[in-house]
Amino acid sequence: MPVLAPCWYQPADEVMDMPERRTALYDLHVAAKARMVPFAGWSMPLNYGSQIAEHHDVRRSAGMFDVSHMTITDLTGTGARELLARLFANDVDKAAPGRAVYGVLLNASGGVIDDVIVYGRDSGYRVVSNAATCEKVLDWLRVHAGGFDVAVHERRDLALIAVQGPNALTSFSAATAMDVVDLGAFSAREQNGWMVARTGYTGEDGVEVALPNDQAVALWQRLSNAGVAPAGLAARDTLRLEAGLLLYGQDMDETTSPLESNLGWTVAWDPAERDFVGREALARQRSRGPERVLRGVVLAGRGVIRQGQRVETNAGGGTVTSGIFSPTLGYSIGFARLPRGATGDCLIEIRRSDIPGRIVRPPFVRQGKQVFK
Amino acid sequence: MNDVTSDNGPDIPDDFRYAPSHEWARVEDDQVTVGISDFAQQSLGDVVYVELPQVGDEVSAGAEACVVESVKAAADVYAPVSGTVVAINEALEEAPEMVNQDPYGDGWFFKIEPTALDEMDDLLDADGYQQHCESEDDED
Repeated sequence: MPVLAPCWYQPADEVMDMPERRTALYDLHVAAKARMVPFAGWSMPLNYGSQIAEHHDVRRSAGMFDVSHMTITDLTGTGARELLARLFANDVDKAAPGRAVYGVLLNASGGVIDDVIVYGRDSGYRVVSNAATCEKVLDWLRVHAGGFDVAVHERRDLALIAVQGPNALTSFSAATAMDVVDLGAFSAREQNGWMVARTGYTGEDGVEVALPNDQAVALWQRLSNAGVAPAGLAARDTLRLEAGLLLYGQDMDETTSPLESNLGWTVAWDPAERDFVGREALARQRSRGPERVLRGVVLAGRGVIRQGQRVETNAGGGTVTSGIFSPTLGYSIGFARLPRGATGDCLIEIRRSDIPGRIVRPPFVRQGKQVFK
Repeated sequence: MNDVTSDNGPDIPDDFRYAPSHEWARVEDDQVTVGISDFAQQSLGDVVYVELPQVGDEVSAGAEACVVESVKAAADVYAPVSGTVVAINEALEEAPEMVNQDPYGDGWFFKIEPTALDEMDDLLDADGYQQHCESEDDED
């Protein structure tokens, strides 16, 4: 029974010589009988038994994710703002202290180096980027920091825990005596070395908490006592896809521009004189229009849409970038990169058969309800 | 796959035979019932569809007989012995999760009227299959 390798497995030869890194919560995952898998050089929980049950926990109540493998980088110094104005395609000035802004770092040809959240702080900025891109992003920041008065500081002393779901805020407040219910969306609060931000990757309300590694176990246990269920990377993938949120390395990479990934809204074109890396190439693509776009695809029948499958549309062929069985909807959904103008019905090639599907605009699910038409 | 926990190792009952490709087979009244092992269902994760063969289909030992899809991946299920499909577990259409919950019982896939029952001897016994699973774990 040869099982197709899903995205979160790395080929064994890539990880064999490198010991896997462990987060501060590793022992708790093992004690909870999590299925631990290699992910971007880390040993991470894929699920704690059933990824579908964990998915529903987040949609219906509250779940928590150990996302400490993600990269937290603090930028300090008088040149921090200028560095981000050069590298971050969104408007760094939206990241006032206590505010968070989502956006991308681009290469010179307008391809995406990574998608990140930039948090404004009293003392500069915090950039949270992906695990798999850790070295690349740090190198990119450091190389460009040369021209500015800025210190680039990777924060491996911090753990990162995401608490997500309709009960996330009340459970977090009960577990910590930190009242976060009044915290606005994409706002952050810092207290005693913790940063609590009302952000997430599930389409539900919730917070992401960066805190010292040696306090992570206590918070995880308190959240558990407050009724928050642990959820693994597999549930995180189905939740983010339902929510229409992209995964770097799969739905976008250095060969695709934000305009080809539904991320045009994250590019700040004003002021016109801001010369951010990738602007020129991106402006050219913008004026002629991208040839490919990212769309949602849904399959009403049986079968599961998977990464790499061919899609035939009214405007030509395309490729599935991410696909899952949606636990909330009860059928398969995915993202596909399609020729511009593709709409309506399509055919998805699943195991040598063409299965009818439909092209939609993501997101698929928000706060537990179907939202696409 | 790295299964670092030792106390939730797969259940491998003694009274079944196993294919290296992780199907189990069991003889009842000269028919061979087929399913996938606990190791297989743990590796696949939550099963969401089973595309069963049709009653009357001819199947060959080691050849694809049907497909199981989990949230995570699609996998071919091979017939452990050759013969004719004489029954399928239609309950899996509505409740594919039974493959995860009871892989050796209610989660069975299909039954074969075998052409040569001695093909069962080519399959692994529980000890042999246990070693096979451990060697697959070690590969990661």
